[in-house]
Amino acid sequence: MKKSVLFGALTVAGLAAGASAAATLDDVKARGKLNCGVTTGLVGFAAPDANGEWNGFDVAVCRAVAAAVLGDASAVEFIPTTGKTRFTALASGEIDMLARNTTWTFSRDVDLKFTFVGVNYYDGQGFMVPKALGVSSAKDLDGATVCIQTGTTTELNLADYFRKNNISYEPVPIETNAEAQQQYLAGACDVYTTDASGLAATRATFEAPGDHVLLPEIISKEPLGPLVRHGDDDWADVVRWTLNALIAAEELGISSANVAELASGTNNPEVNRILGTEGTLGEMLGLDAEWAKRAIMASGNYGEIFEKNIGEATPIGLARGLNAQWTDGGLIYSPPFR
Amino acid sequence: MSDTHAHSVSYVRDTMLPQSEPPAAQTGAIKWMRESLFSSVPYTILTLLALYVVYSLLAGFLPWLLGGVWTTANIRECREVLEGASGGCFSVLTERWNQLLFGIAYPQDGYWRPTLAFALLFVAAAPVLFSHLPRGLLVVTGLYPFIAFWLIWGGTIAVPVMALIGVVGGYLVYSRLVANSFAAGFFGGILAALLIWFIGGYITAPLEGVLALEAVASRNMGGFMLNMILGVVCVSLSLPLGIALALGRQSSLPIIKLICVVFIEFIRGVPLITLLFVANVVLAYFLPPGTNFDLILRVIIMITMFAAAYIAEVIRGGLAALPRGQYEAADSLGLDYAQAMRLIILPQALKISIPGIVNVAVGLFKDTTLVSIISMFDLVGMIRGPILASTDWNGVYWELWGFAALLFFVVCYGISQYSQWLERKLQTGH
Repeated sequence: MKKSVLFGALTVAGLAAGASAAATLDDVKARGKLNCGVTTGLVGFAAPDANGEWNGFDVAVCRAVAAAVLGDASAVEFIPTTGKTRFTALASGEIDMLARNTTWTFSRDVDLKFTFVGVNYYDGQGFMVPKALGVSSAKDLDGATVCIQTGTTTELNLADYFRKNNISYEPVPIETNAEAQQQYLAGACDVYTTDASGLAATRATFEAPGDHVLLPEIISKEPLGPLVRHGDDDWADVVRWTLNALIAAEELGISSANVAELASGTNNPEVNRILGTEGTLGEMLGLDAEWAKRAIMASGNYGEIFEKNIGEATPIGLARGLNAQWTDGGLIYSPPFR
Repeated sequence: MSDTHAHSVSYVRDTMLPQSEPPAAQTGAIKWMRESLFSSVPYTILTLLALYVVYSLLAGFLPWLLGGVWTTANIRECREVLEGASGGCFSVLTERWNQLLFGIAYPQDGYWRPTLAFALLFVAAAPVLFSHLPRGLLVVTGLYPFIAFWLIWGGTIAVPVMALIGVVGGYLVYSRLVANSFAAGFFGGILAALLIWFIGGYITAPLEGVLALEAVASRNMGGFMLNMILGVVCVSLSLPLGIALALGRQSSLPIIKLICVVFIEFIRGVPLITLLFVANVVLAYFLPPGTNFDLILRVIIMITMFAAAYIAEVIRGGLAALPRGQYEAADSLGLDYAQAMRLIILPQALKISIPGIVNVAVGLFKDTTLVSIISMFDLVGMIRGPILASTDWNGVYWELWGFAALLFFVVCYGISQYSQWLERKLQTGH
């Protein structure tokens, strides 16, 4: 087997080496498939179901881009990446874009040479306590024992927050999220703290999720968003405006249910421009006029994607919070389509 | 005679009593229990304590195992069905059975292919493992790598056939030239094989549809199948490589010795996970952009090198344990180096090394789970990633990890039992 695999690999290598490093958009179109990096599995954000079909909040972004560029939401090759392999996979060109709950930070953007094209989820560190504790705010947690993963930024954030509010706590160091669940349920700590979306997903696995509450305070900024390689601005624009189209669609009331109807023309010029019945936005991106319509049809607008994968109707049950449209007091905001 | 004492005793038995059973306390289970379990007060206390521990373990485990749920669609339904009673949520195993075995992306109507390859593995391995089987079966063993490759990866049969022709051609050239000099035969054989593959590349290209199975990309391999592929391929490749390295390390040619020592010491001094990261991450920077050097192949090369270095050291131990006289005896018989090694030294050295080699093989097989860290969906990666991350099964730990442990235990215990059988068979010390 070794020799035949080697043989095949060398052949493939020889063929592939002939292809020049053209623009990503052309590569994707020529390939007919979008290589999208996702996590190896995170509840609600990306996981394959029993048929091997990928679903989730981040996966929906990949599908929308594939629908916009290739006209087929299923023309995606999902490449699972771990926290350790994700950036190399993107930098080496193995994947065209990374949609893997990755926090937008200065060093990743500037030093690692990536371009974050937007934010699709505003996460942040939160607290979970048993309802029986009767606590309604993190400021009431004076003297509490807190389960916290060691060696992470969550640890530092926690220390800062408690010092700033002049209250004390007793840390219970733990290694992994699974261990944290066990410790917390066994009553080894009063509070468990990690990213709010992780807390919600953890709570969803409990036998009695209703007995635990997430406190309203969020004590750190973790803007998660898709990213692409530095230096290919055309491709970055395609991914950025596909995400913006999903966000704007929710704001303008375009959903997967009515997009076909609205695409025949409306009185709202911005809706018309997005859906391609007015203007030449698609052409400017190097796509056809109906790119955004297909992106929205792939899995719905931003709000629909949110509700289907992580929203309050799902077992994860995340509230929109910071991720509500700016018109509803959240931070989700798309620049205008004009 | 019976009258002798008639005046002094009233009764004399004049027939033998039939043999009776030994007293209950001196036989069977009761005797064993008295002697082994309750022979003294401390032993009795220990026995009772142990009984209590065993009972409480079983009392917890058996209801969980027997009361388990097998047919629900997600963990919440499991909990509804169980209503707080003790029981495992084994539905995850039935629902994700194919994913645990074959990964997420292997074509569903092609599951018979790796299964058939797995069944053939036993046929192919049998003549190597059991010397009393007919030698003709070795043909199957020789063909197996090509058949298995075709079955698992799919594509046209022309590619493995051409690879096979290359190997055969290389071997023919080797056997023609080796009479003159080993080096000429060795390099001539490799050259011939490469030439055949190079030409074969042009021949197989138009034969794409010939006896073609649906082609499956390497990144779509997963589940326990991936562990088995990596384990079987790496063990069978690292054994010859390890022997070569061990012999090379003892060579009197300084350059060969140096290469082998540096290779072994370097590889042994680096953790396997580092090598895997090199295979996955660092190589991507060195290869020309756009190159797609098969990931499984990269991983196989790294694990094989790692295992070969360890096996080389185990075999070196076997070689060192042979009395000097064996080497001298071989020389005095007029055997050349290759004959001496093949007929006298290696059979003995390998026999001594069996436990060590098996140890490395079992360790290697379990180490294949490390590929989950470089985002390959082997059995462990499958559980940690997709299954535990689905909203349906997040929180089902014991059932999944217990199943993984069971699969690995079965394989590793099988290897271990075989090696013990082999040691008894090769035992000549009596």
